Amino acid sequence: MHFKTENNTAASINLEMESDVLKSITYTSAKGKLWIALLLLIFIAGIIAYGIQLKNGLIVTSMRNYVSWGLYISMFIFFIGISHVGALMSSILRLTGAEWRFPITRMAEAITFSSLLFAGIMPILDMGRPDRILFLFTHGRIQSPILWDIIAIATYFVGSTIYLYLPMIPDIAMLRDKLNHASRWRKKLYRILSVGWKGTEVQKQLLEKCMNIMTAIILPVAITVHTVVAWLLAMTLRTGWNSTVLGPYFVSAAIMSGAAAVLIAMAVFRKAYHLEKYITIVHFKNLSLLLFVLTLIYAYFNLNEYGVPAYKMERAESEYLNELFYGAHAPLYWSVQILGLLVPLILLAFKRIRNSIGWIVFVSSLIVIGAMVKRYIIVIPTMLHPFVPIQNAPIGYGSYFPSVVEWLVTLGALAGFILVYTLFSKLFPIITLWETSDAIKDKGAEIVGVDSRVSSPVSI
Amino acid sequence: MQEEEENSRRSFLKAGLITGAAAIAAGVIGCNSDTKPPGSLTGKKVPLLDSAGNLIYVDEGQIPVHTNFKGITNEESRKGIPGKKFVMVIDLAKCDGCGKCTEACNKMHFLPKEKEWIQVLEMQDAPKEAPYFFPKPCFHCDDPPCTKVCPVDATFKREDGIVSVDIDRCIGCRFCMAACPYSVRVFNWTEPVKPDIIEETPSMERAFQSKKGCVEKCDFCSHMSRVDELPACVTGCPMDAIYFGDENEDAVTNKSGQTEKLSQMLEDRAAYRFMEELGTKPRVYYLPPVNRLYPKPNMNDAKS
Ligand code: SF4
Ligand code: SF4
Repeated sequence: MHFKTENNTAASINLEMESDVLKSITYTSAKGKLWIALLLLIFIAGIIAYGIQLKNGLIVTSMRNYVSWGLYISMFIFFIGISHVGALMSSILRLTGAEWRFPITRMAEAITFSSLLFAGIMPILDMGRPDRILFLFTHGRIQSPILWDIIAIATYFVGSTIYLYLPMIPDIAMLRDKLNHASRWRKKLYRILSVGWKGTEVQKQLLEKCMNIMTAIILPVAITVHTVVAWLLAMTLRTGWNSTVLGPYFVSAAIMSGAAAVLIAMAVFRKAYHLEKYITIVHFKNLSLLLFVLTLIYAYFNLNEYGVPAYKMERAESEYLNELFYGAHAPLYWSVQILGLLVPLILLAFKRIRNSIGWIVFVSSLIVIGAMVKRYIIVIPTMLHPFVPIQNAPIGYGSYFPSVVEWLVTLGALAGFILVYTLFSKLFPIITLWETSDAIKDKGAEIVGVDSRVSSPVSI
Repeated sequence: MQEEEENSRRSFLKAGLITGAAAIAAGVIGCNSDTKPPGSLTGKKVPLLDSAGNLIYVDEGQIPVHTNFKGITNEESRKGIPGKKFVMVIDLAKCDGCGKCTEACNKMHFLPKEKEWIQVLEMQDAPKEAPYFFPKPCFHCDDPPCTKVCPVDATFKREDGIVSVDIDRCIGCRFCMAACPYSVRVFNWTEPVKPDIIEETPSMERAFQSKKGCVEKCDFCSHMSRVDELPACVTGCPMDAIYFGDENEDAVTNKSGQTEKLSQMLEDRAAYRFMEELGTKPRVYYLPPVNRLYPKPNMNDAKS
């Protein structure tokens, strides 16, 4: 039950929630500091490894003329994949009016922000001449899928960052007003980012309008992004990539891995920041049910992607598929298909599993790791099966296993991704406070999924 | 006008410094027909290989100084040689897999062993079918998947049919390598060893086209075609198996100078193009390996 008075529509914030969430900003535990230090260390190691690569050339990687794309491009596709969680939350769940989404939307959209940042960096790390990157703008050819990628990713990045930022404005304004003991640069940051938000009716309406527009824009953009990333491979004549379902197949994998990633993030934040009251089993249940559906869709695309050519066994395809099914890549392929797809699918079908946060985190981890390894399985075996047989290749040319530098750079990127995400949660509330409390006010705690002991909204 | 024509027909290398680069020196001495007469003596000796392969020292002034096609701009080089449509025919019935074409090519372009712009493969299409040797240069496809995907126009199709790589433009994304269905392109994973020569032509018309972080591949020896010479693989093939020429003239020539009518040859010998079904329209034709006069490859030796 709630009642609205004419004047308090501005910012009605649940004070208890506010102070609970703000704690994560004002206070960092020793463990938290250690975590940040560790990530920073790995990130720096990655930078050093990249320096070595810049100096000596890509010879320090294991890529050679046959496998000319390797771990970096696989990770690029992976990062693009999990970035889709933002679109899932802000568009799909918003359009379907799932009110329980509020406490987890920001977590999801921040994943999008951070992963897109690193998705954009991965291809640059892979470039032979990063010094010529501006040629892409001065000499860019729109016929090339790389240009489509740049346009789509940049659009998605800008769009999803706006989408992340818009609903943050009222919260940032609150930080500006309330964090009196914050350092000077923080105060300045909040003051700039809150763009003079006062919570007036006009401002609120404008914000609502902007967000509605973004909802409509972001979903097609997100789908475009992963489709054109898939086309990077699908526009070639190579066996395994030369497939008409690669676009939708990648999109389905993306949304699935994104949902799994946010489930893990939810569990971590819930525990680390003591948000048990706001991120409840309701959210895990709902989202893991959604994850089940997404995994089913992904399984369906897998059937199309591998089953259809496996029935026909066209000559070049058969060599490639035999390699995957029985050859050198079979252990990896089957581990991914079983542990990253079949097992999660079976587990998620059970209500008992979907009711347990521990199990959900386990299944989600399987899915995320599976998605990562799957990108690898999509990129490498195809490169090892060109139409013209590999003969008399110099040592190291006919096979691929990432080198130390590649691992370090990749781990550095992964650490950077988590680091940006962590720091984001240290700067801004990881739960959208005003939206959640508005939703509690409008629909009640139960529907939003927060603990019903969270007191009903107080107007300030 | 006439003067300019003459100039552009002149040779390709400004061989100011040839110290130690015996291969190129031999090349320079070889193409005497299109070079300026030697100038006056300078007193500086330069090591060269004579035709018998002996190392000799020659006065710098006696080396034909190549005027270069100074007239060739980057744009012209991107356009190609006017009026030409280059084409190659490889007679698989003659190829005995000796690999001399690769050797000659590597010498011409200063390539280390692990780089092969023309590769000689051992092929067998089905277990009971005849195995054969298969020299594979870049096919200079008329519908090249590699140029389609290049984001910066660093690899492109010229009007004379040649697919070129501009190593001053290439950003090293390697998309073209992924796109070429024939595994033709090679990448400079590390700093290449630079030969001691100076070439002033645009990068696509040089003998040495390697640059760290960039892609390279067979260029049909466009710098040789500029001076009406045959590509290195053609002149390097002791079996006379590789023919090169101009489709517009309907003529192709091999090492011994046998010139054949292209259309006739393709028809009489039932020529085919590799993996026609991919729709890339290669500019390299193969004549099937029938009636061979040399032992067939032993497929057990071929490493896959
Ligand atoms: S053979 Fe490969 S590199 Fe050569 S033109 Fe065709 S697609 Fe391009
Ligand atoms: S590697 Fe160079 S030539 Fe090849 S597609 Fe990229 S920029 Fe173009």
